[in-house]
Amino acid sequence: MKILAIIFIISGVFFFFTATLGLLRFPDFYSRMQATGKGDTLGAFLSLTGLALYNLADGFSLSAALVSIKIMLIAVVIFIANPTATHAITRAGIDCGVEPWTKEEFGVQSSEFGAKKEESR
Amino acid sequence: MRYIVTFIILFLNWVIWSGMFDAFHLSLGIISCAIVTYTTHDILFTREKFSYKQIIEVWRFIKYIPWLLWQIILSNIHVAGLVLNPKMPIEPHMIRVKTRLKKDISIVTYANSIILTPGTITADITDGEFLVHCISKKVADDLLTGDMENRVAHIFMED
Repeated sequence: MKILAIIFIISGVFFFFTATLGLLRFPDFYSRMQATGKGDTLGAFLSLTGLALYNLADGFSLSAALVSIKIMLIAVVIFIANPTATHAITRAGIDCGVEPWTKEEFGVQSSEFGAKKEESR
Repeated sequence: MRYIVTFIILFLNWVIWSGMFDAFHLSLGIISCAIVTYTTHDILFTREKFSYKQIIEVWRFIKYIPWLLWQIILSNIHVAGLVLNPKMPIEPHMIRVKTRLKKDISIVTYANSIILTPGTITADITDGEFLVHCISKKVADDLLTGDMENRVAHIFMED
């Protein structure tokens, strides 16, 4: 049980690490949101699952089970709150007219963002 | 009926968070849950009666969670590979995704699922169209197959 918990926590920390590295390496606002908004969600979920398992490792009792349930409830809250916050920040970026960095001209053209910026004024 | 279900949900939360099972704390919980149930009974469930349909929806949503979790893990590994690759082969771009979902709850579920699978962020939702930021070509193609949309439509019976 303890070994399983340690595997969960280490993989959680690994995803936190890639999220932070992505925040530093990616070129623009939106790509950075990609790295932090999601890597954190899975990282936090895996770390918290690991903690909940570790808490149960010393023997199963009612109080230990309650603490584990509380930890998993925190994970559920993160799963709802984190994407919502990511969406809100990204949308704020679009409303302010931050232009996405692209390698080539494909997808939605950047001129559309200019138009949207004019509309919102 | 919805009074009873709201009360049970609130009281279950009370018991989990307080962790004390003596008569004093339980009666405190019953009193405060009753007051909260009375004042906010129309927030959690907007309709008066429960139908068979809603129970199926909840069950299908529970079945949807493990699939979503697996997708999150797969695509997180994909993004981690992109970050750790020294060349960083990312192709960020915006795409517009048309959707046939109509109900508010299914649009919220779909948008949050898109954000949870790494590599895609729902940036804006206008009627029937999502503006999605994708980090690479692969995740955009995954999204455009419409597999996730079909599953969400299946949960909330919009097939």
